[in-house]
Amino acid sequence: MTWVNAIIQGIMLGGFYALLACGLSLMFGVMRIINLAHGDLAVLGAFLTWVLVDKTHFPLIVSLVLALIVMFGVGWALQRVLLERSLRSGMLIPLLTTFGLGIVIENLLLEAFSPDVRSLGGNAGVVTTASWRITDQLSISALGILILGVAIIVLGGLHLFLARTSLGRAMRATAQDPDTAELVGVDSRSVYARAAGIAVVTAALAGAFLAIRAVVDPSSGPTQLIFAFEAVVIGGFGSLWGTLLGGFVLGVAQTIGAQIDPQSSALAGHLVFLAVLAFRSGGILMARGAEA
Amino acid sequence: MSGPQGGTERLSALSIQRWTPLSRAFTGGALALAAALIFVPVLLSANVTQKLTSLFILIMIAVMWNALAGYGGLVSVGQQAYIGIGAYGTVLLAHQGLEPYAAMVLAVVLSGLVSVPASYLLLRMKGGQFAIASWVFAEVFAIIVTLRVDLGAGTGISLIELNRYGAADRQAFTYWLTLAATTITLGLIFVLLRSRLGSSLQAIRDDEDAAASVGVKVMAGKRILYIIASTGCGAAGAMTLANTLFIVPSSIFSVKWTAFMIFMVLVGGLGTFEGPIIGAVILFGIQDLFADEGGWYLVGLGMTAILFALLLPRGLWGTVGERFGIQLMPVGYRVRGLGRTGRSPTGVAPADEAAVSRAEV
Repeated sequence: MTWVNAIIQGIMLGGFYALLACGLSLMFGVMRIINLAHGDLAVLGAFLTWVLVDKTHFPLIVSLVLALIVMFGVGWALQRVLLERSLRSGMLIPLLTTFGLGIVIENLLLEAFSPDVRSLGGNAGVVTTASWRITDQLSISALGILILGVAIIVLGGLHLFLARTSLGRAMRATAQDPDTAELVGVDSRSVYARAAGIAVVTAALAGAFLAIRAVVDPSSGPTQLIFAFEAVVIGGFGSLWGTLLGGFVLGVAQTIGAQIDPQSSALAGHLVFLAVLAFRSGGILMARGAEA
Repeated sequence: MSGPQGGTERLSALSIQRWTPLSRAFTGGALALAAALIFVPVLLSANVTQKLTSLFILIMIAVMWNALAGYGGLVSVGQQAYIGIGAYGTVLLAHQGLEPYAAMVLAVVLSGLVSVPASYLLLRMKGGQFAIASWVFAEVFAIIVTLRVDLGAGTGISLIELNRYGAADRQAFTYWLTLAATTITLGLIFVLLRSRLGSSLQAIRDDEDAAASVGVKVMAGKRILYIIASTGCGAAGAMTLANTLFIVPSSIFSVKWTAFMIFMVLVGGLGTFEGPIIGAVILFGIQDLFADEGGWYLVGLGMTAILFALLLPRGLWGTVGERFGIQLMPVGYRVRGLGRTGRSPTGVAPADEAAVSRAEV
């Protein structure tokens, strides 16, 4: 039964990873950039929410929405100021500038908030403590279900947005060929900036959930980036549902790893990731013959 | 510009040249400097010796990271894996009773050995995917070390076996070993870049697909660079341990190493031979002045790296060398007899010139 419990907890954790990962996947899909500051932006979102709750005493949900609006602007500005220039100089430069940005964000947070851990758990109300007890060893927390639900809604929403709306179509067109998209009237600069805005919003939302279900500190970013990336790679690049599945696999690997030895949770996730890399480098969803 | 007849005349007036009097003098000077540096522990204070040791370590990792990114187009965020393997490998081997300096040399070999299978796994990925996958690889080693109580787990371990030597001897041995490792590393990269393989590597740097299309074995080239860079970082790790005597997994496997490497290479000049050395000297100076500033110091490093990447992507040396057409340690070729000697503005020509001259030979 403890194993069943581990798997159920792993799937809920996986929902969180999928939420964390979808922005990384979106930016790679649209701009072909792997944003190495993704984890630090998630942590920035969490700290922004924390500051709003702390200073304005608005309810958590109001502070979160305000923070997400600001983070959309951050993503927009990130694209316009940093990534747009970086992209012009080839594929190497965006990696170096986003890595530099991650270092800057992490250390600015460190100077502003000290290395202490923070949590939003106390502000989230009953949702952090409520759970459904199935058996003695099996209980499902309300927060886990909430995060999983939000993850499915966000990923489903992104999927519908890309598939059905005109901006979504413009985004896919720009992703395939920015020059041709320009020819038919798409403003690729604006499309890129909006995609970056959306990606950063999803990262910030995941960051806030991290602070609600556990704690964050200024140096939490790199680990979150790595987990997000693992979810994306395990699921296969370019597929949002793959990312959800990748999140589940990573989450289950980590909770099973923690079951074996509490200290090896992250290690188990890394090993599954490296195994996928070694044997199915296109992700677990990809058909074998299609591997490049 | 000119008709076909004129073209032939012009071609016959061209000559391919590698060395200039300046670069000959400079390379000779560099060798003389390396020889002179041998006497530092005898003539100067222990403090200077230790500081120079850490400068050599910075030069080594900058040159190694530049070999990967500047020539292989591989942005690694995980070379700290090998810094850690070099350091912890030394501890493990010394615990087995091996003489500590011999343990260091063996740990360096071990780093190289680990990088061979790792290259088959990681080089399947490109760009940002390679960057993060290499980072995960480093994390795996960091976690494994923190799980091992015999290696001090998360609280760190010291190389007590070095206590058999007196403080002054230890400092001098470590210094000489680091000086030797740095000289060998620089020499190896210099010879490698000037070899036939070097022309291929510079072609890969300029355009991977184009290089592959003219028969350059891109994957083999990248693998060689990865193995060399990893062995070099292993050496840097072993030397860091010997220089500081105590290591903690959270700092020896820290991604900060990568931040330093990126800073040094971007500021000095990505894809140039001299650039990373200049970048290392600059970082060394900055560390001396600002390291106490903690977070702000790293904010400054990050911002500077971003500004260099955006505004001066060829770095200080790349920009200066290009403008004045100088190469102090020539790894490319110069074509004399054209209107303007030296490197072309794009930086692409030297590799092409190299290819042309190879074809003629």
